[in-house]
Amino acid sequence: MSEQPVLEVEDLTMHYTTRAGTVRAVDGVSFSVARGQALGLVGESGCGKSSIALTLLKLLPENARIVGGKVLIDGTDIVPLSEEELRAYRWDRISMVFQAAMNSLNPVYRVGEQIIEALELHVASAREESLERVRQLYDLVGLDPGFISRYPHEYSGGMKQRAIIAMALACEPDLIIADEPTTALDVIVQDRILREMRNIQAALAMSMIYISHDMAVIAEVSDVVGIMYAGKIVEMGGTTEVFKHPIHPYTRALMSAFPSVTGERHELMMLAGEPPNLLDPPPGCRFHPRCPYATDECRTEEPPTVRRGEHWATCWNPPEA
Amino acid sequence: MIETARPAASAEAGPLLKIKGLRKHFPVSTSWFRRSRSFVHAVDGISFELAQGESFGLVGESGCGKTTTGKLLIRLTDPTDGHIIFDDGTGAPTDIATLKGKSLKAFRRKAQMIFQDPYESMNPRRTIFDTVAEPLQVQKIGSPLERLDWVSRMLELVGLTPPRTFLFRYPHELSGGQRQRVAIARALVVEPTFVVADEPTSMLDVSIRTGVMSLMEELADRLGISYLYITHDLAVARYMCSRIAVMYLGKIVEVGETEALLRHPQHPYTQALLSAVPVPDPTVTRPPVRIAGGVSLPVDPPARCRFYDRCPLADEFCRTHDQPPLEDKGGGQFVACYKV
Repeated sequence: MSEQPVLEVEDLTMHYTTRAGTVRAVDGVSFSVARGQALGLVGESGCGKSSIALTLLKLLPENARIVGGKVLIDGTDIVPLSEEELRAYRWDRISMVFQAAMNSLNPVYRVGEQIIEALELHVASAREESLERVRQLYDLVGLDPGFISRYPHEYSGGMKQRAIIAMALACEPDLIIADEPTTALDVIVQDRILREMRNIQAALAMSMIYISHDMAVIAEVSDVVGIMYAGKIVEMGGTTEVFKHPIHPYTRALMSAFPSVTGERHELMMLAGEPPNLLDPPPGCRFHPRCPYATDECRTEEPPTVRRGEHWATCWNPPEA
Repeated sequence: MIETARPAASAEAGPLLKIKGLRKHFPVSTSWFRRSRSFVHAVDGISFELAQGESFGLVGESGCGKTTTGKLLIRLTDPTDGHIIFDDGTGAPTDIATLKGKSLKAFRRKAQMIFQDPYESMNPRRTIFDTVAEPLQVQKIGSPLERLDWVSRMLELVGLTPPRTFLFRYPHELSGGQRQRVAIARALVVEPTFVVADEPTSMLDVSIRTGVMSLMEELADRLGISYLYITHDLAVARYMCSRIAVMYLGKIVEVGETEALLRHPQHPYTQALLSAVPVPDPTVTRPPVRIAGGVSLPVDPPARCRFYDRCPLADEFCRTHDQPPLEDKGGGQFVACYKV
């Protein structure tokens, strides 16, 4: 793709300072998202996937610090920007659907008003125009515009999630980061919302970053997928490539531990141990204590990048396919 | 490694549980002082049998009544109506629905529950030993020294080894997977024959989950435990259960052997539910889900099929007739639908 990517992340590193020490939540992460592309980041709890989302928007808590790296939006690095300068990017260029976002609606304000408020902070327009825009947005996400003046408790979980998506779409951003957008929803509602998000993405030629622990959701919505482990992306490539021909032993373990309702009923693999504590991650490859292929160099040296075209992984001993 | 789901126990032994017409209605309060006239039909006349040594899956979306059913079966809540005949072969069959006092307490030794959330289901101020030994204390089993010995052996059994390094730690010092192992140890320490497992792995990460699933299977085989396995995740049920019942708004709409039910779902709701499950294979494109609307709360529902409003097959006959009964469709599969 010759066009400039919507987002480029270079060697991004973010640490949390806690009483127990420094947590290396995001550790030298690089990737880019092209226009109209959907990137999926998948990993288990505490692997740093949500921290990446917060870092990209610089919505970090006080004890978090971006230690290094760049976040380029259309070639501009937003890491050194002030809060005031960031406003031109946040929500207008990149917006976000948070984990359990449906609980972030204010219960005492009408849902439509909350979207108008978000709109008016970013786009100066007359109230009538804002209201018209909200109507369009409700149509887009499949909500009945009659619900604009209703309160959050009158919405079901799925409807609240749609309203949050409408809010994220309000300023026509180039990129939406969706962090576990459907995790709290039942499968039938999840299916409908994910299908609609994909349709909207295609219709508006928007880029997406989906963050999830659910391999199956990521397999269905992403063009490109990154597998995260202990603050690092350990494997990345086209979704079909990564799912069909995984390189990294962790990716392979995840794939074979994930049950499916369709296809042959394969044996579920068991992975020994637990993910490392990011206060004191193991030296060398972070996965080595759990890896069946680990050798001495894995225990001491950072693993090299193995490439198969656009598809890569960081591993000393990639097992044969 | 999890190999295959346990086959249903031999037919000679009678069922461990026979559930007949089980109902639980919750009043909807309109005023503090007035008696409620509306009821949520959380569980509305369900019947099934659970064989000795079987792992029976109860699946459905939130609010379908699966957790309430689980609580009814071990009498954590009292049924509105119906029978739960429990027969583990050690005494006369008893109806759990009407147990009281001493006999109810004695039943608690035989039936236990594992809860979903390993973070919420444990007292943060009590050590692992206290947590696991509590059922023994309540049941007045063993001396303190014997309890220490039992709890240690239990921890070893669930893979928390060596036990002495866990006994006097607190829940917050343990990972989610380890806590769920403690919850399993606590449920099994009184050597129950029946365990209700309510989403025991849904809070756990994939790489941890398989271990807990195979532990539960292994212990069931070793200790002769039957499970009622409650889950919203059909893929997990596929690995844990020999039979599955699908619930919708308080009713069982389909029951069958796991693989047969997943390969040939017959009830339109089961079909919709299955087709909505994402597939971890990017080369597979799922067909669209063919049902309308969402789940509502079953407050004083009409007598007709609960699925009528959302069903792609519904017609005049369905509208004017009562909820269809579960009908034998052969091969151990039962379906509650007039159109199948």
